[in-house]
Amino acid sequence: MDIKDIIKPENFVYGKSKVLTDTVMHYCPGCSHGVVHKILAEVIEEMGIQDKTIGISPVGCAVFAYKYIDIDWQQAAHGRAPALATATKRLYPDKYVVAYQGDGDLASIGTAEIMHACNRGENIVVIFINNAIYGMTGGQMAPTTLLGMKTATTPYGRRADLNGYPLKITELIAQLEGTCYVTRQSVQNPGSVRKAKKAIRKAFENSALKKGTSFVEIVSTCNSNWKMTPVKANKWMEENMFPFYPLGDIKDR
Amino acid sequence: MAEKLLKKGNEAIALAAIRYGADGYFGYPITPQSEVMETLMEEMPWETTGMVVLQAESETSSINMLYGGACCGKKVMTSSSSPGISLMCEGISYMAGAELPCLVVDVIRGGPGLGTIQPAQGDYFQAVKGGGHGDYKIIVLAPASVQEMYDFVGLGFDLAFKYRNPVMILSDGAIGQMMEKVELRDPVRRLTDKEITEKYGHWATVGKPASRKGNIISSLSLAASEMEAINLRLQAKYQKMRENEVRFEKTMCDNAEYLLVAFGSSARICEGTLEIARSKGIRMGLLRPITLFPYPETAIREMLPQLKGIMSVELNAGQMVEDVRLAVNGAVPVEFYGRMGGSIFSPEEVFEAFAKKFNL
Ligand SMILES: Cc1ncc(C[n+]2csc(CCOP(=O)(O)OP(=O)(O)O)c2C)c(N)n1
Ligand code: SF4
Ligand SMILES: [Mg+2]
Repeated sequence: MDIKDIIKPENFVYGKSKVLTDTVMHYCPGCSHGVVHKILAEVIEEMGIQDKTIGISPVGCAVFAYKYIDIDWQQAAHGRAPALATATKRLYPDKYVVAYQGDGDLASIGTAEIMHACNRGENIVVIFINNAIYGMTGGQMAPTTLLGMKTATTPYGRRADLNGYPLKITELIAQLEGTCYVTRQSVQNPGSVRKAKKAIRKAFENSALKKGTSFVEIVSTCNSNWKMTPVKANKWMEENMFPFYPLGDIKDR
Repeated sequence: MAEKLLKKGNEAIALAAIRYGADGYFGYPITPQSEVMETLMEEMPWETTGMVVLQAESETSSINMLYGGACCGKKVMTSSSSPGISLMCEGISYMAGAELPCLVVDVIRGGPGLGTIQPAQGDYFQAVKGGGHGDYKIIVLAPASVQEMYDFVGLGFDLAFKYRNPVMILSDGAIGQMMEKVELRDPVRRLTDKEITEKYGHWATVGKPASRKGNIISSLSLAASEMEAINLRLQAKYQKMRENEVRFEKTMCDNAEYLLVAFGSSARICEGTLEIARSKGIRMGLLRPITLFPYPETAIREMLPQLKGIMSVELNAGQMVEDVRLAVNGAVPVEFYGRMGGSIFSPEEVFEAFAKKFNL
């Protein structure tokens, strides 16, 4: 058999989602953002909701999410995505609204917006990329930065007495009556990617069922600002981030 | 006969929002404008027109809810008072940058800081010169009666969508709290989602059909050359506003030798000052800018040949007077009289100040 007989559409086992554009992503090689975009696009495609999904992009490395996922997008001010999502969902209750935010965006400057959107139980999907650092601005301390972790603004390592403690905002959010599904996932290997995708799909399904806010944290790497190779960053994440930010569902009802 | 009611200015805003077909109101309580949201909650428009009314967790959130709602092609509004508007300035700049329509009502109180809950006009600079960052302009409407509070909601929405730009109603605690007769205009129906998609589907985030590319609403453009081009387009739009949207009212200006310039509640007080002046044989007129941006500078300039002097009368330290002086450009003396921090002048007080400044 000739190779040409094998390369046929019916034999494809994997392909790029039609909901992803052809634009080359600006993310650093090894960055988790790109993988999360891919599975988000796949979920939108598989659910057949491209024409009903409105995305809100954050200020952070994912500000340009709108270039890569082919849906209608609103680009929010730093931290305010949940407010945009709230109004959008209330004004279009039958659409799917997804806010995509980083840890500086969601857990620092936008703490009030995310808490109150979740507490009101807005029927939205929140995807929260926790890479323990401010990626876009060059690697400063984030609220989620681990104790001892070196960043541009904690050059000798984060100290509790100087900088406070890393914030487990996802656990806080799970306390809120308005949330129906709160989970913590990761995307460093094929198994975890599959699990994270399932979680995102479930979040979208909850939104259609009007069960409340679904919140999916993805513990992520920022290998560039962690100053590590992608492989080393994944290992560092598993060894240091997962003990403090344990994976799994925190709330599912 | 249209229905007439006795209403507070703030209540008129709320009734007008429902009757002009607003899709959403998002706000946070602050004196002296809390009646706007309170009235909306009492009226429960979600049961009738389907309008969404939501108490947000802060003014920062309110304005960003407007951003989201406006992205959807919906008619959205908020109201607040000075400190709350300060918090909204980031969002207003974003909305101007992303070219989004919305209506913001500022019922000014005395500042700076937490200040006082009494009426003032100290937010003129913030509204007209841009409280937020960057080169942007919003259309600013200054009502001087409860009827205008009502009418400017409709006008404000029309202008916001005509130019895809934020519009502000710049009022104050006096107009917000005072009760006057207000005539309710014919109601305007809310657009259906289908109508919104037909009208604004080429830019709004209404869900992307297979037939078009995704609509992206953003104020970001990292390349300097692109950002400059966007700025030039915005400036051209602001120029169109200057050419087409100037509104003002003249009282006893035909044979006036002296001119008072005042907006909002100051203009109401100055009507009394005109009567005092006229009774003393002084030919005084009043020019009331209704749009503070675009400013009626031509209307002022056209009167210069007949004028001996102008006095700008404001409830602040002298803000609009700068625009009067720019219009006049030294041709006649321009004086200022004002009070601050929630204190209000009487017509007599304004007349005395005028007489002193012009040695009459
Ligand atoms: C009001 C405001 N303050 C600060 C910034 C600068 N800023 C841009 S991105 C960012 C941090 C983003 O970090 P994060 O949300 O963790 O996203 P990441 O890049 O790590 O994905 C900051 C502080 C801004 N754009 N706006
Ligand atoms: S800086 Fe960090 S978060 Fe940003 S693209 Fe690079 S790896 Fe990803
Ligand atoms: Mg981050």
